[in-house]
Amino acid sequence: MTDQKKSILARRRFLGGMLGMAGVSLTSGVTLFSVGEAKAVSGKVRWGMLIDINKCGDGCDDCVTACAKENGICSTGRPESDPQWIRKIDLRDPKSGATKSLPMMCQHCAEPPCVDVCPTGASFKRADGIVLVDKHTCIGCRYCMMACPYKARSFVHEDITDQKSHAPRGKGTVESCTLCVHRIDAGGSPACVEACSDSAGGAMLFGDLNDQSSEISKRVAKYATRQIRADLGLDPGVRYRGL
Amino acid sequence: MAKASKVVYREISKEGAGFYLSLGIVGIVALLGVFAAHYMETSGHHVTGMNNQIVWGLPHVFAIFLIVAASGALNVASIGSVFGKTAYKPLARLSGLLAIALLAGGLAVLVLDLGRPDRLIVAATTYNFKSIFAWNIFLYTGFLAIVAVYIWMMLEPKMNHYSSGVGVVAFVWRLALTTGTGLIFGFLVARQGYDAAVFAPLFILMSFSLGLAVFILVLALSAASEDRPLGDYIVLKLGRLLGLFVAGVLYFVIVQHLTNLYATEHHGIERFILLGGGPITKLFWLGQIVIGSLVPLMILYVPAFNKSKTNIYIAAGLVILGGLSQLYVIIIGGQAYPLVLFPRMEVKSSFFDGVINSYSASLPEFVLGIGGVAVAGVITMIGLKILRFLPVNLSDETFDPHFKKTPYTKEH
Repeated sequence: MTDQKKSILARRRFLGGMLGMAGVSLTSGVTLFSVGEAKAVSGKVRWGMLIDINKCGDGCDDCVTACAKENGICSTGRPESDPQWIRKIDLRDPKSGATKSLPMMCQHCAEPPCVDVCPTGASFKRADGIVLVDKHTCIGCRYCMMACPYKARSFVHEDITDQKSHAPRGKGTVESCTLCVHRIDAGGSPACVEACSDSAGGAMLFGDLNDQSSEISKRVAKYATRQIRADLGLDPGVRYRGL
Repeated sequence: MAKASKVVYREISKEGAGFYLSLGIVGIVALLGVFAAHYMETSGHHVTGMNNQIVWGLPHVFAIFLIVAASGALNVASIGSVFGKTAYKPLARLSGLLAIALLAGGLAVLVLDLGRPDRLIVAATTYNFKSIFAWNIFLYTGFLAIVAVYIWMMLEPKMNHYSSGVGVVAFVWRLALTTGTGLIFGFLVARQGYDAAVFAPLFILMSFSLGLAVFILVLALSAASEDRPLGDYIVLKLGRLLGLFVAGVLYFVIVQHLTNLYATEHHGIERFILLGGGPITKLFWLGQIVIGSLVPLMILYVPAFNKSKTNIYIAAGLVILGGLSQLYVIIIGGQAYPLVLFPRMEVKSSFFDGVINSYSASLPEFVLGIGGVAVAGVITMIGLKILRFLPVNLSDETFDPHFKKTPYTKEH
């Protein structure tokens, strides 16, 4: 075989290899996409939550503990940079002295500002109303944190160990409450809601706001409930009673 | 009268160690910025002063300063080509170079501060067109491309004829660019300190003022380094223009705060910025208003002061300090004031709800910010060295249409 032929064959092998690699990459992409398609969620559903703060205990933080356990969120001892997916806020009316306590997390808005401002589309809303962050396309610009009216989003400031496979997280990206999407997709309810009904006052109710026969819809229809910062017109999926 | 077409331009030609030493020092500062960013990325942002309350910090102050100044630096060229002021035309090339250099420096800081700067390719290929950030990616890259073409048309004699047309496009584009940068804050409906359309014109005026201040100092430094004496006429003219821009910024700052003071819901943030007494208040009154606005206005408008080139340079320096203070007040101050979720209620939580958040920048953040300035410096120096950006004669003869040689006029 002449040198010229050898060189042509080597080039063909190289190009063939490259094409093969491209094919593998493409195929895996197609495969992932098709899995995503197969699990497409329904837009007929609007997952939401109703929190009755009359039942929410002042010192109780069972929802916070359950969320941390479920999603692998632990403190690093640096509270200012530690992520918080859900927190308890204590309120006091300075005029009457009345106090209240309520959990605050991503409100899963119908018109989420975090989704509007995200340059790459990493912040997105599923058809069923759950607002999530795609950890693969988040570049860590933190514009969504600037835009969220509820301070619901956290930036991961350092390496994370002991991650849960159902709640992937990553240093340098932004995260927030996923409404325990992995549990919902498996037919369950968020960990905070479960913890609240198990051991606490049962202040949190989860369900489909679009289904008029659901318990949450019935209660929303029957009682006066409030969306926080309703003035912004974002239509949050989390409503509060007794505020 | 000095015509732009007759002006002779030349690369920085001075031989010797001075230029390369300066370039080396500025280059090292730029490299230190890259190292600082690498340290922040590998350790995680917890090594910075930024946290989940103050999510944008000193790097963003520097980045936005450079980006805003970039579009303003192009004004000198625009005034020459769009508004036909011939005195400015000889400086149009330097104006274009500085615009590109400053924007590149600002973008470098912005990108290197990302949580995942390695995913820049994602930002360049995946867009959400409702995001002003995504628009800005196009506005910034488009600006770089348009100004590059503009410079080419100014440098290439055969293309000179088209430079005015491209100048108009560049001028309109830079207005859009600064509008986009201002609206990063203007579109933030959630925060008391932002969510106002006035950020668009405010940022446009800030860009006029900061860009011109940087331009004046770079022009003076370039002239001094080449021993090409700079005439009084053009410096004093640029100084008068700077005064106008500083007054314009001050006007929009007054509008910004007065409109907030009218609306009860914004009284909290205004009390915090204007009267709170903390570092933000001090920076607002002392840095932004006194040092950055009133003193420069006095220097630039009082006849006893505004006839001296040195005074104009001092005023330009103060305007830059004022601009940095202003951006610090806007960016850090706007985040330090807590989100108002429950009006008229006292709130507390483990996540710092209801408290004024504090911020102190760490060394890596500062080095990254200064590194961005150095990137702009390196690009400007290399540009001046390899291409003909600077007129050989920077004396009044080049700029002053009424210039007459007298027996006392020095030959340059």
